[in-house]
Amino acid sequence: MSKPRTLFDKIWETHLVDVQEDGTCLLYIDRHLVHEVTSPQAFEGLKNAGRTVYRPEATLAVPDHNVPTTERGGYIENEESRIQVETLQKNCKDFGVPLYDVNDIRQGIVHIIGPEQGFTLPGTTIVCGDSHTATHGAFGAIAFGIGTSEVEHVLATQTLLQAPLKNMRITVDGGLPKGCTAKDLILALIKIIGTAGGTGCAIEYAGKAIRDLSMEGRMTVCNMTIEGGARCGIIAPDETTFEYVRGRPMSPKGAQWESAIRYWRTLPSDADAIYHKEVTLDIKDIVPQVTWGTSPEDVAPITGTVPNPSDFEDKLKQESVKESLHYMGLAAGMQISDIKIDKAFIGSCTNGRIEDIRAAADIAKGRTVVDSVTALVVPGSGLVKEQAEEEGLDKILLEAGFEWREPGCSMCLAMNDDKLQPGERCASTSNRNFKGRQGFNGRTHWVSPAMAAAAAVTGHLIDVRDL
Amino acid sequence: MESFTTLTGVAAPMNKINVDTDMIIPKQFLKTIKRAGLGKHLFDEMRYDRAGNEIVDFVLNKPAYRTAQILVAGDNFGCGSSREHAPWALLDFGIRCVISTSFADIFYNNCFKNGILPIAVSKLELDKLMEYAERGSNATLTIDLENQTISGPDGSEAIFEIDAFKKHCLLNGLDDIGLTMEKQNKIESYEKNMKHSQPWLNTAE
Ligand code: SF4
Repeated sequence: MSKPRTLFDKIWETHLVDVQEDGTCLLYIDRHLVHEVTSPQAFEGLKNAGRTVYRPEATLAVPDHNVPTTERGGYIENEESRIQVETLQKNCKDFGVPLYDVNDIRQGIVHIIGPEQGFTLPGTTIVCGDSHTATHGAFGAIAFGIGTSEVEHVLATQTLLQAPLKNMRITVDGGLPKGCTAKDLILALIKIIGTAGGTGCAIEYAGKAIRDLSMEGRMTVCNMTIEGGARCGIIAPDETTFEYVRGRPMSPKGAQWESAIRYWRTLPSDADAIYHKEVTLDIKDIVPQVTWGTSPEDVAPITGTVPNPSDFEDKLKQESVKESLHYMGLAAGMQISDIKIDKAFIGSCTNGRIEDIRAAADIAKGRTVVDSVTALVVPGSGLVKEQAEEEGLDKILLEAGFEWREPGCSMCLAMNDDKLQPGERCASTSNRNFKGRQGFNGRTHWVSPAMAAAAAVTGHLIDVRDL
Repeated sequence: MESFTTLTGVAAPMNKINVDTDMIIPKQFLKTIKRAGLGKHLFDEMRYDRAGNEIVDFVLNKPAYRTAQILVAGDNFGCGSSREHAPWALLDFGIRCVISTSFADIFYNNCFKNGILPIAVSKLELDKLMEYAERGSNATLTIDLENQTISGPDGSEAIFEIDAFKKHCLLNGLDDIGLTMEKQNKIESYEKNMKHSQPWLNTAE
């Protein structure tokens, strides 16, 4: 009998082109996503070396980080942003890489459009010069972020040199309580495992709570795997997955669909597979989660208080908490729900999908954004936007005083004009709370889309269950 | 890529955990389409005030460390994004080696592609090296990649671990795209197999 294998092992082993003596693997890459920020130097490298893109049809490019969300005229004011987007356009043309350009309805955040188009499939290896590539693991794929030199390597050879990752399993039991979402689940998890909890590992999410999630919820969970230090999160494909993938523009059709499903059903981990690290968590008692600091592990329940540096044992952690609180302008011991906000941001590859917008609209309905707050809703793609408009969500949001924007990364990293002013505080559905991430000296509090909308209509962080 | 054999240089202490890629190179500098020139923006928001003046307390602004080639930092260095601008900025500033107890995976890999050596040491070792680096411009360390050692002028020596292939490439400054292209026939035979076993993967437009 062969050795029991994990989902990750199965996909990994299937994709080995070569294994060097020292164990370094040459891994075949099925799908390569490209955006404008991390690719120019890679294409430049190819050009300088006289190389071509090895398999353009396995590559998909989209501008997302720099695009304005105010209008879709095609012209970008900011010169550097414009040059970066134009460089992508030119490179795609020169190298024959498919591109969803700014005015294409299929344009959107790179991690939203892959799944949407059926470019992301179970059992595949997927990379992108972007750490949140982990998102695609929700389909039972090995998906991880790479640097620009590696982007160049994949463009030139369709392979990547990688040392195998270790297997870690996180089993989440229980049902998600009322008011809680996949976002709250992953925040609660990151608090437990810490920002380096998954270093060197692929995290397989298992258990009832994960199986019960929609594909969109699973993507939210896998998306933030990188905040827990792992490059790659993965969830076994099941009926929910197949239902989502079926009929997408690039997903297999007809007889191929049947054989694909048959194959995908063999992927889940074998019963006795061995994991290097195991964590279990029961979420039946969690409440909505928020962050108070500038590290992903700075998570607290909305019902809690801002911690005191002395609550932590490690000296350096105490220092970093002190610094965080200073930066965030918060006093230890204050109620989280007393924290007032200036902006709310609903969007990003974590929470920019249709279910997220529905959740925000659900809270917005019949309420009004308070005067002192600016609230942005940025759909993750042109298609998400279209769908939301078909459902009338844009009207509900606009009526409540939210801004309804064009798709892109927007205030997730504030490379375009959507940013926090110094000192401003934001209830944000994004995935990075580092200093300055959403604008110089801006302050970020992570929340779910419903919680962000609730903060927008009350002016402070608030337990969505209290509305 | 420039090879890395031995390096003797000033070590700067950055006694901070979770130094993330947004700190190393803030996003406003990601708009470049070039690799070079990022050194002046390294640690931008910690290094300069809003008016663009140097913050005197910041370690790399202190006379003793302005030419540092080695950085000694707290746990989980380089966490956050995949931006290779982080190692590009370090390199452009002149840093060729970062020592910490642990590194974020993508950052770690990115270093090797750019001729930077990231060294993971034990907490105990790090504390010693940090104390050492805090001594100022006398804090020179010598890194010997071939023998995998870090030594101070007082003769003390620490040994570090490193993956053999990564070491080989760094020592010889090898371009791994070229190496992989030599395996073209293996890639082709893999693809032939895949066409047969998972034909639907060829259907992407
Ligand atoms: S939405 Fe944010 S995290 Fe996602 S790809 Fe864009 S910038 Fe990165």
